Amino acid sequence: MIASAWRRFLGSYLFFSFRRDRIAILSFVVLCTFFLASFSASLLAPFDPYDPIQIDIMDSEIPPVWMEEGDQRFLLGTDAQGRDLLSTILYGSRISITIGIFAVLLQAFLGISIGLVSGYFGGRLDNFLMRLADIQLSFSTLMVAIIFLAVFQALFGTELYEKLAIVMLILVIGIAEWPHYARTVRANVLAEKKKEYVDAVRVIGLGSLRIMFKHILPNTLSPILVISTVQIANAIVSEAALSFLGLGMPVTKPSLGSLINSGFEFIFSGSWWITIIPGVVLVVLVLVMNLLGDFLRDVMNPKLYKD
Amino acid sequence: MFAFFSRRLVQAVLVMLVISVIAFSIQDNLGDPLRELVGQSVSEAERQSLRNQMGLNDPFFVQYWRFFKKALLGDLGTSYFFKRPALDVILDKLPATLELVFGTTLIVILFSVPIGVFAAIYPKQWFLRLVMGMSIIGISIPVFLTAIMSIYIFSVELGWLPSFGRGETVELYGWTVGFLTRDGLMHLILPCTALSSIMLPLFIRLIRAEMMEVLESEYIRFAWAKGLTRRRIWFLHALKNTLLPVITVGGLQIGTLIAFTILTETVFQWPGMGFLFLEAVNRVDTPLIVAYLIVVGLIFVIANTIVDLIYGLVNPTVRLARSHPEGE
Repeated sequence: MIASAWRRFLGSYLFFSFRRDRIAILSFVVLCTFFLASFSASLLAPFDPYDPIQIDIMDSEIPPVWMEEGDQRFLLGTDAQGRDLLSTILYGSRISITIGIFAVLLQAFLGISIGLVSGYFGGRLDNFLMRLADIQLSFSTLMVAIIFLAVFQALFGTELYEKLAIVMLILVIGIAEWPHYARTVRANVLAEKKKEYVDAVRVIGLGSLRIMFKHILPNTLSPILVISTVQIANAIVSEAALSFLGLGMPVTKPSLGSLINSGFEFIFSGSWWITIIPGVVLVVLVLVMNLLGDFLRDVMNPKLYKD
Repeated sequence: MFAFFSRRLVQAVLVMLVISVIAFSIQDNLGDPLRELVGQSVSEAERQSLRNQMGLNDPFFVQYWRFFKKALLGDLGTSYFFKRPALDVILDKLPATLELVFGTTLIVILFSVPIGVFAAIYPKQWFLRLVMGMSIIGISIPVFLTAIMSIYIFSVELGWLPSFGRGETVELYGWTVGFLTRDGLMHLILPCTALSSIMLPLFIRLIRAEMMEVLESEYIRFAWAKGLTRRRIWFLHALKNTLLPVITVGGLQIGTLIAFTILTETVFQWPGMGFLFLEAVNRVDTPLIVAYLIVVGLIFVIANTIVDLIYGLVNPTVRLARSHPEGE
C-alpha cells in the first residue's frame, strides 16, 4: 500500500518537475536540514540554554570562532547572558517552527470548515461569512495580534503572560489568518459542487457533512497544500515580529524573534553577531519556504494566484 | 451608485462601533480609575459611595453610552502617565507617524510603478530580472530585520546616517515637520527605506503581473493595430487598467502599514504613535491605549472606506455586483 503510493508519487508530475528544478531541490534540502536540526536540538546542541548551570556570565559577548577573540567552545559566539548562540538558535528555531506549524494547523482547521460550509450551502450564510472574511483580512494579522497581545499582557501581567506566551501566539496567529484558507477552499468548493459525482452522492442520500468532508474536501487538497507552505512562513515571520516587540516569547525561552530583540541593543557596542546571526537564520528559513511555496504554486495550480 | 455608497458607509460605522465597544471593555477591565484617583487610604464605604457617584456600578451599556457620548466629543480620558487628555497626547505624535507613512508612500509610488511597468514590458531584460529576484528576498526579510541591518551598516559601521529619533524639526501651522530641514531629512531616510522595503516588492510584483495580463488583452492588440505609438499604448491605455487592482491591494495594506509603523518606530525610537502605544502598554496607561485604538481604528476605517469608494467610482462593475462573484 505504502510502496505503491510511493511509486505513484515518484511517477507523478510533481516529482518530475521537482527533479528538474534546482532551486526547489536546494530549498527542500535546506528546509529538511532546518527541521531535523531544530527538532533534535537537545541532541545536537553543545549546550542547554535552559539550564542555568551551564551558563557562565563571564562568557558573555564572545564573537564567533572565525573572529580574532573567538572561543573554540562557542562556534557562533555567545550572547549577552553568556549563552552559546548556536544552541540558543537551534532551540529557538524549534520554538519558531512549532508555533508556525500549530498556528497554521489551527488556521487550516477554521478556514477549511468555514470555507466548506460557506461554499456548499451558499446564500445568505455565504454572504455573511465572506463579508466577515473581507473585514478580517483588511485588519492585517500583525495589527490584530499586536493589539490583542498588548492588551492581554497589560491585563494579566508579564509573569502569567510569559507562561502562556506560546499558546497565545498560536491562538492569535491561528485565528487571525483563517480567511486565506476559507477563500481558497470556498472557490474550489463552488467549482466542485457542480460536478456529477457530487450529484451522485447526493442522490444516494448521504448527509451534507459527509459529502463536504469525505467527497469534496479531498478534491480541494492541492491548493490547500500550496498555501500552507507560504502560510507557515508568514506565521513564523509574525511570531518573530511579535517577539521582537516583546509581545511574544520571553528572553528565558527565546524564539528567533526574541533572540533578535535581546541582541538589538548590543549592536551599537559592536557585538553584531547576537542579532545578525539569528536574523540571517530567520531570513533563510522564511526564504526557502517562500521559494518552495512558489514552486508548488507553479506546478500544482498555475491559476491560483496572480502575482 | 447611491446604494453602494450608503452600504459602504453603514459598514464603516458598524466596524467603528465594534472597535469602540472593544476599546471600552478594555477600559472597563483594565485598572481601577478610583485607585488612580484616591489611592489606598480611603475606606471601603467611601469607595462604594464614590463608585456610585461616578457611575462605576452602572450596567455595562449605561457606562458604554456615557463613554460613547464623551468619545464623540473627543474626550477619551486623561493619560495616567502624561496627566494630559489622551487624545492630545496621541495627536501630538500623529505628525511624526504621518511623515513616516508619507515618505514611504512616496518611495513606493516613485519606484514601484516604473519598475513594475518595465518589468512587464521587458520580462527578459537582465536588470529587471535581477530586481524581480531581489523582490522575493525582500518579501522574505521581516521589516524589523531590514531596519536593524540598515542601522548596523549605515550608522554603526559607516556612520553616514543617524539611527534614532526625528532630529531637527520645524513648526508649520501647528505641525512639526522634519521634511524641511537637512537634519530631519537625514533622520527620515533609514526608517522610510526600511518601511518601504517590504511594501515595494509587493507592489512591484503586483503591478508587473497585472500589466502583463493587460498587455495580452484584446483592446491593447487593437491599439497596436490602430498604429498608436508605443508610449501611448503602454502609459496611457495599459497603465490605466493596471492601476485598478493596485488600488484594492493598496487598501488592504493599510492595516499592515499600521502594524509595520509600530515595528519601525520601535527599532528607530521614532517618536510616533506606534512607539507611544507600546510605551503605554508597558506602563498600563489604559486611557492612552484606548485612545490609540480609537484613533487608529478611525484612521483605518476612513482610509479603507475612501479606497473602496474610489474603487467604486473607477470600476462600475463593483456597484452592480450585489453578492460575491463566483470563483473569486
